[in-house]
Amino acid sequence: MADKVLMKGNEAIAEAAICAGCRHYFGYPITPQTEIAAYMAKKMPKIGGCFLQAESEVAAINMVYGVAATGKRVMTSSSSPGISLKAEGLSYMAGADLPALIVNVQRGGPGLGGIQPSQSDYFQATRGGGHGDYRMLVLAPASVQEMASLTVKGFDLADKYRMTAMILADGTMGQMMEPVSLDFPEAEKVEKPWATTGTDMAREHNIVNSLFLQPDELERVNFERYERYAYIEANETMYEEYLMEDAEICVAAFGIASRVAKNAINEARKQGIKVGMIRPITLWPFPVAPFAAAADKVKSFISVELSMGQMIEDIKLATSCKKPVTLCNRAGGIIPSPEQVLEAIQKAAKNGGAE
Amino acid sequence: MSQTQFLFSGFGGQGILFAGKFLAYKGLMEERQVSWLPSYGPEMRGGTASCGVILSDEPVGSPIVTRPDVLVAMNLPSLDKYEDAVAPGGIIFADSTLIERKVTRTDVTTYYIPATKMAGENGIPTLANMIIVGKLLAVLDEYKEEGIAATLGKVISARKADMLDANRKALQLGADFE
Amino acid sequence: MAVVFDKPHALVDMPMHYCPGCTHGIIHRLVAEVIDELGIEGRTIGIAPVGCSVMAYDYFACDMIEAAHGRAPAVATGVKRSDPDKHIVFTYQGDGDLASIGMAETVHAAARNENITVIFVNNAIYGMTGGQMAPTSLPGQVTQTSPYGRDTKHCGFPIRVCEMLSELEGPEYLERVTVNSVANIRKAKKAIKKAFQNQIDGKGFSLVEVVSSCPTNWGMTPQAALKWIDDNMLPYYPLGVYKDRSAEEDAK
Repeated sequence: MADKVLMKGNEAIAEAAICAGCRHYFGYPITPQTEIAAYMAKKMPKIGGCFLQAESEVAAINMVYGVAATGKRVMTSSSSPGISLKAEGLSYMAGADLPALIVNVQRGGPGLGGIQPSQSDYFQATRGGGHGDYRMLVLAPASVQEMASLTVKGFDLADKYRMTAMILADGTMGQMMEPVSLDFPEAEKVEKPWATTGTDMAREHNIVNSLFLQPDELERVNFERYERYAYIEANETMYEEYLMEDAEICVAAFGIASRVAKNAINEARKQGIKVGMIRPITLWPFPVAPFAAAADKVKSFISVELSMGQMIEDIKLATSCKKPVTLCNRAGGIIPSPEQVLEAIQKAAKNGGAE
Repeated sequence: MSQTQFLFSGFGGQGILFAGKFLAYKGLMEERQVSWLPSYGPEMRGGTASCGVILSDEPVGSPIVTRPDVLVAMNLPSLDKYEDAVAPGGIIFADSTLIERKVTRTDVTTYYIPATKMAGENGIPTLANMIIVGKLLAVLDEYKEEGIAATLGKVISARKADMLDANRKALQLGADFE
Repeated sequence: MAVVFDKPHALVDMPMHYCPGCTHGIIHRLVAEVIDELGIEGRTIGIAPVGCSVMAYDYFACDMIEAAHGRAPAVATGVKRSDPDKHIVFTYQGDGDLASIGMAETVHAAARNENITVIFVNNAIYGMTGGQMAPTSLPGQVTQTSPYGRDTKHCGFPIRVCEMLSELEGPEYLERVTVNSVANIRKAKKAIKKAFQNQIDGKGFSLVEVVSSCPTNWGMTPQAALKWIDDNMLPYYPLGVYKDRSAEEDAK
């Protein structure tokens, strides 16, 4: 463990991005993710990179669009209200098939909301965020190590599939320190013949564009994009199963909620309750298969969320509502306690799974 | 499973987060599982600062410290706020320069250290935090010279090298305090 | 036989979609001629706006990017910063794009003295959506959304972009030109060339505002529209250099 350092989640994202070859960062200050910008402001000039504080979130995402169009790795980060502003750019990047990494260190909403941790941007992230038919890769880290490793993974996936990848974290993940190893596998080099880097008078001009005025052409690019999405759903889903072998109750949680749930599950196991957890690591693509399989074995599901219940809808879809799914939640910036989760598990055990 | 939850609390500016970070780094160097989570938000600016540290032999579940085994309270509001949260059988370290009342719980062990006064008398007025950490390490039987030196080397940046000796002195003062 | 007139290499050989009498065609050609003359087509990346010139990406032979409405200066910033030594970046924007929805991006790119070239086509109307009031529509001007004439008490005054930006410390070069006569077209080309040359020389943000016409939405013949520029636009938008930092410094 000698190679590990103690870092804040936000700093781990920034350092991992640099390790992944990202040399361009654009952002606008917002709590609780400003450490990412501060880290980049310090590091980028020293390694020949570019940190630029944009005049707005809208400008920042469009600067990202510009660098992405030239084929280089680029990122921005923000927190919930800022991501709403970036949604325009996310839609355009989807329409122009541009890869980039977006970080959302969520805080409570709606509106200005609060600055404490939340998971209430799940719908926004997993449904794309902006207008039109599109998806983003959504990665949900549950440790500082994953903040780093999923950042690297996010860049790789974004390049591979020509789309945006979002790290969906929360204030806790951003602010906490844990040991982290910054030893990453070499990224696969992805050719980008579509990039607008100048023709060098050696090829036809490249056009990066999301405008298709002919409906049949626009339909075609949408269909093609969704074929790519289907491939991603089949090949890039990530999740962790915890004590699921004999589980009769399945807890579902991601990010900080999964950390809290783990404590509760360990305690419940001591009390003889057969409970396990499926922790989605990719929220899109959602790990449908393990939930569908669990629906044939367990008696009920409990979705633990820092929201009014958003992922719970995907669980119901994944399980075709075969078994009851209950919600164990807090909102507004409050994290459920292990005791609250334990109580929900005990209740489910007592009811034999029924609501 | 051996796991200890620490909660450090006091005013902003007392080095609460640093004290926690020192302990977390010490855990890391001893190849334990660790987490460090600060409070963040408006209360960071001038009000109460706190951070939770977990040292464990197993992977850390929730990093949120709600029932600390060890509470370091460096001012009265912190003791008022967290005294009841301490786990039965836990330990409280209180800066008795700034906290005049006694701990009312009878199921915990309390150490009163006039850390702010000691820091001032010894010419290290900003290091009351580390005096308490020194005492904490001694009580937990974790006070080992080489580990401390190595950890300080990690948490104090090279350009503040002059702070190394001051921190070592503070830790020693705390460890020697009866 | 000597060729006296030819299509610039930097323009793709395809018909443009612009209305008869529209000056976009002239301005496209001037930009393309300048790119040819400076020999920069291979390293130039153009940013098209939303508005009438949205499909400029099809017409310029250099690499092109289509930006969201008003965001071209931010996109250009990204492209420029991606490879500042190689990339020559220009935006081509209308008045609604640059001076209304994209004003923040415009002002801040200018304030940063972002080393890009901005071609700003001001025809005082939203053309593509069918003739609505623009941030540069004149007082009293009748448009689809100011059917009784622009009432300045109700919706304020048109914005003089060059004058406004000239108050900033940042920008290198700001000039307003027009293309309603041969002599003015020549002057416009000179300004556009300077705006690109400034970028090549690393001098920074250079914006050329081209006062332009919209016969279709102004509801007049192309000829009358060109005259309308002289009679109505230029008194409110005087031609001239509003900032030329290098020239000012040389003069000191």
